[in-house]
Amino acid sequence: MTTPRTLYDKIWDAHVVVPQEDGVSVIYIDRHLVHEVTSPQAFEGLRTAGRQVRRPEATLAVADHNVPTTDRAHGIADEESRIQIETLEQNCKDFGVEYLDMSDIRQGIVHVSGPEQGFTLPGATIVCGDSHTSTHGAFGALAFGIGTSEVEHVLATQTLVAAKSKNMRVNVTGDLPVGVTAKDLALAIIGEIGTAGGTGYVIEYAGDTIEKLSMEGRMTLCNLTIEGGARSGLIAPDQKTFDYVQGRPRAPKAGQWETAVKIWSQLYSDPDAHFDREITLKADEIAPQVTWGTSPENVLPITAVVPNPAEVADAAHKAAMERALQYMGIEAGAPLTSLKVDRVFIGSCTNGRIEDLRAAAAIAEGRKVAPHVGAMVVPGSGLVKEQAEAEGLDKIFIEAGFEWREPGCSMCLAMNADKLKPGERCASTSNRNFEGRQGRGGRTHLVSPGMAVAAAIAGHLADVRDYN
Amino acid sequence: MEKFNKLTGVAAPLNLINIDTDMIIPKQFLKTIKRSGLGVHLFDEMRYDDAGNEVADFVLNKPQYREAKILVAGDNFGCGSSREHAPWAIADFGIRCVIAPSFADIFYNNCFKNGILPIALPQEQVDLLMDDAARGANAILEIDLDSQTIKGPDGGTISFEIDPFRKHCLLNGLDEVGLTLQKQDKIAEFEAARENAQPWL
Repeated sequence: MTTPRTLYDKIWDAHVVVPQEDGVSVIYIDRHLVHEVTSPQAFEGLRTAGRQVRRPEATLAVADHNVPTTDRAHGIADEESRIQIETLEQNCKDFGVEYLDMSDIRQGIVHVSGPEQGFTLPGATIVCGDSHTSTHGAFGALAFGIGTSEVEHVLATQTLVAAKSKNMRVNVTGDLPVGVTAKDLALAIIGEIGTAGGTGYVIEYAGDTIEKLSMEGRMTLCNLTIEGGARSGLIAPDQKTFDYVQGRPRAPKAGQWETAVKIWSQLYSDPDAHFDREITLKADEIAPQVTWGTSPENVLPITAVVPNPAEVADAAHKAAMERALQYMGIEAGAPLTSLKVDRVFIGSCTNGRIEDLRAAAAIAEGRKVAPHVGAMVVPGSGLVKEQAEAEGLDKIFIEAGFEWREPGCSMCLAMNADKLKPGERCASTSNRNFEGRQGRGGRTHLVSPGMAVAAAIAGHLADVRDYN
Repeated sequence: MEKFNKLTGVAAPLNLINIDTDMIIPKQFLKTIKRSGLGVHLFDEMRYDDAGNEVADFVLNKPQYREAKILVAGDNFGCGSSREHAPWAIADFGIRCVIAPSFADIFYNNCFKNGILPIALPQEQVDLLMDDAARGANAILEIDLDSQTIKGPDGGTISFEIDPFRKHCLLNGLDEVGLTLQKQDKIAEFEAARENAQPWL
């Protein structure tokens, strides 16, 4: 009898090229996504060593971090950003890699465009020089972020030298209440395990709640896996996954499709597979979540108050909490709904997909953004933007007082012109609330798209359930 | 890659948990297309005020730590993004070793590609080293990768764990791409089998 294996074990085993001594193996990488920020030094390394890209056809490049989200007809004003994007374009030309440029409808955040193109496939290993590569685990792909040296390694060899992670399973059962989304679920999980809780693990999400999530919801959940410390999140592929993939430009074509689905249908954890750690959450106990501090683990239900450092015993955590409260300009005991916001950001690889925009528009429809709030919607890709416009979502947002922008990473990390001013407070659908993340001195509260709209309308953090 | 064998130098204490990569090197410095020159921006938002002046009480601005070669920090060091600019900035500043109770996976991995030794130790041992580091210019630590030991200023020795492959690469400054390319036949063999079984990949 064969040993029962987890989904992760199965994908790992299928990709070992050379099992090595010393606890590391050479593993094959099927898909490599490339963007402008973490690749220039990797291509330069290839050039210096006189090396080629081993499989250009397994590599897809797109500019996302630095692109302006305003009119792009006149190019990029910021010189450094422009040079970085031109460098990517030139590198792709020199090495024969497909590049989706800023004017291409398919351009978008790498973790939105990849799945849209059918570049992301179940059972594949997918890497990118970006920690949110975990997103693609929603398809049952082993996907993780790597540094630039490893980008170079994959470009040159189509492999990585890696040690196998441990297995963790997060089981979620029951129905998510109205107004509670995959984003809230992900934040609740991080609140439970902590921002380092997943370090050293690959997390598989399982249970009927996960099965009921849409592909967009699954991507949101897997995307945030890295904020809990695990490099990869995984969800076993099912009919929903296959339906999403089928017919996309780079998906297997008729004739191969049936074989592919047959193979993909074996991608699940065997009933007796061993997990090193397992936790269970009840979906119906989760309320809309909001972060109050400067780590994604600083998260509470919107109905809570700002926590009190005096009640924390551990010195290091107490100090971190005091620092966070000071940075965020908030006081212990204040209701979270009392925190006035200056800005609202809807978008990112976490929540910039069509379903996110639909959920946001449903709350925004017929309402107005509070006069003191600057609110913007940044679609995750050109195709998301096009779809949203076909559904009239852009008009709803504009009518409500939101800005409707061009696709890109935008204010999730504020590398382009979209950023917070010092002291500004923002309800954001992005993934990190670190100090300075959205602009030096900026204060980020992570929320779902519906919660972001509720905050925009109320002018302070608000409970989306009051707006449904 | 620069070899790492023995390192003797001042250790700077940065007693915060969850030091993320945005703190280590903020996004505005990721627009570079080079690896070098990032040291001056290391911990930019903590190290400089809004006008760009040094913040006097930030550890790396204090006279005794300006030449620090070692950093002692809190739990979950390097969490957040995959930006290798973080270890580039650390190495460019002159720090070749970071000691903490734990590290985020991607950052930990990135260190080894840049001649930096990340050492994970139990909290109690980090606390001791943090106290040593707080003694400023007298806080000289001696790190020996070969014997996997840290010698403190009072002569006490602490052992640390590191996986053998990474140790080997660091000690010898090996080019990992070059090493893997020696296995090209195996990679080609794997690709041929895959092309046959799953041609869509």
